[in-house]
Amino acid sequence: MEAASPNPPDPLIRLTDVNFSYDRRPILTGINMSIPRGKVVAIMGLSGCGKTTTLRLIGGQLKPSSGEVMVDGKVVHALDSDGLYELRRRMGMLFQFGALFTDMSVFDNIAFQMREHTDLPEELIHDMVMMKLHAVGLRGTANLMPSELSGGMARRVALARAVALDPMLIMYDEPFAGLDPISLSIVGELIRKLNDALGTSSIVVTHDVQESLKIVDYVYFVSAGKIVAEGTAEEIKHSTEPYVHQFVWGEPDGPVNFHYPTTRPYGEEMSSGPSKKQVWW
Amino acid sequence: MVSVGRRILQALGRRVTDRLWRLGFGSRFLLATLLHSGTALQRFQLTIREIYFTGVLSLIIILVSGLFVGMVLGLQGYDTLQRYGSSEALGVLVALSLVRELGPVVSALLFASRAGSAITAEIGLMKATEQLSAMEMMAVNPIARVVAPRFWAGVISMPLLAALFSAMGIFGGYLVGVQLIGVDEGSFWSQMQASVDFREDIINGVIKSFVFGVIVSWIAVFEGYDSDPTAEGVSGATTRTVVNSSLAILFADFILTAFMFRG
Repeated sequence: MEAASPNPPDPLIRLTDVNFSYDRRPILTGINMSIPRGKVVAIMGLSGCGKTTTLRLIGGQLKPSSGEVMVDGKVVHALDSDGLYELRRRMGMLFQFGALFTDMSVFDNIAFQMREHTDLPEELIHDMVMMKLHAVGLRGTANLMPSELSGGMARRVALARAVALDPMLIMYDEPFAGLDPISLSIVGELIRKLNDALGTSSIVVTHDVQESLKIVDYVYFVSAGKIVAEGTAEEIKHSTEPYVHQFVWGEPDGPVNFHYPTTRPYGEEMSSGPSKKQVWW
Repeated sequence: MVSVGRRILQALGRRVTDRLWRLGFGSRFLLATLLHSGTALQRFQLTIREIYFTGVLSLIIILVSGLFVGMVLGLQGYDTLQRYGSSEALGVLVALSLVRELGPVVSALLFASRAGSAITAEIGLMKATEQLSAMEMMAVNPIARVVAPRFWAGVISMPLLAALFSAMGIFGGYLVGVQLIGVDEGSFWSQMQASVDFREDIINGVIKSFVFGVIVSWIAVFEGYDSDPTAEGVSGATTRTVVNSSLAILFADFILTAFMFRG
């Protein structure tokens, strides 16, 4: 648990004692996290453990119930909408299934932020878009519509769109979900290369252990809204912490229970027949 | 018995409170849309693009419906008027029915079904596929960029569609009344010109269709933006757009007519 700290003097992001509840249901409890500049940091955990919520707190889409979320020296939840939008211009986000604008071509998707936030001439926008598309290996798709792309290609176009304005921070929400093995390693490599080439910082929210451990510098493990382990990729691979060990090696037995909690014993459930709620007709 | 009564009252109270809360939320949403309309009006090509999708693509159904409604008016109107020996007044009857009532109301009902449902489904699906969240994370306000252009496109399109509906309806009445039945062409047009008042009839009809345009567009964008981001949620929102818009149009029509045409 007490691994080597990744914290240089001035981390890009710092979460201090962050709690977040939704409808009085606690989602995150006492989260302390720090993301250094120039590094790729993964937040791992099972589905529904609060990983995406953490991203949304950093992006200012949610406000913490208590605690402080600080990005580049600014407390995110204390910003007004202008301040928040100003901060978001320097962030890029890759959504789970790309979230490409379906009524625009690939070219227009990537040019979207450039046209919205800058007064650059169309010739320059064209060159910049082609550079981004070239970086993800999809220059030939510029005139296609998102519906004409495969899942892996759509994810790479979304990646090109996320880095359109060379952000200081890129957030990836499950970038590997639903990808074939080839697309998966391409996307993984791109995350690392883009991070290093642009000198940006990256947060990768994922439950794909093997692929992400190849590319990340530091890992936070979240379970039931709490950080249960952290460390470098090597430390995580060799961790003896039961939760981390079960997660990394995909073992069925361990602290993570297969069964969803229920109040009725199995024997009683089988002998009593359906409840009123289950019979709707 | 008492507990059943109490439960019914509680359910009724909850429904009323929910509706009121939603109306309040919808009103705040309309206010936000108006306040963030700068982009839609300054970069007018965004609105023009939506006018194409909501207005131009609705033309076929509006024109064909207008033609048939006018033709039916021609047949029914002639049947009634000739009993009193005043079949030359057919032009007046067709024109006034269309310009005052049927033009704005029927075209608004058709607009709600054709364009309103499409706007709701599109915005709802954009929400379900995280496109609106993506836009927010790119520091672009979805209300300004997605909602406001669609809202204004509906508001602008509606009076134009209603005018075209009425024009086609009058042409349909002319086809049936004059060309088919044989009503005197001169009386048909001259009585119409003499009896239809520009301010009293035409402007009031335009005001009606403008109000209906605001109602349909408001409901359509709100239901889309507020829909649950699931297949069921988007489907429910689309249905609510058509049902609520239709009821609101008919209710607003009654109120407007009561104020406009008091004799």
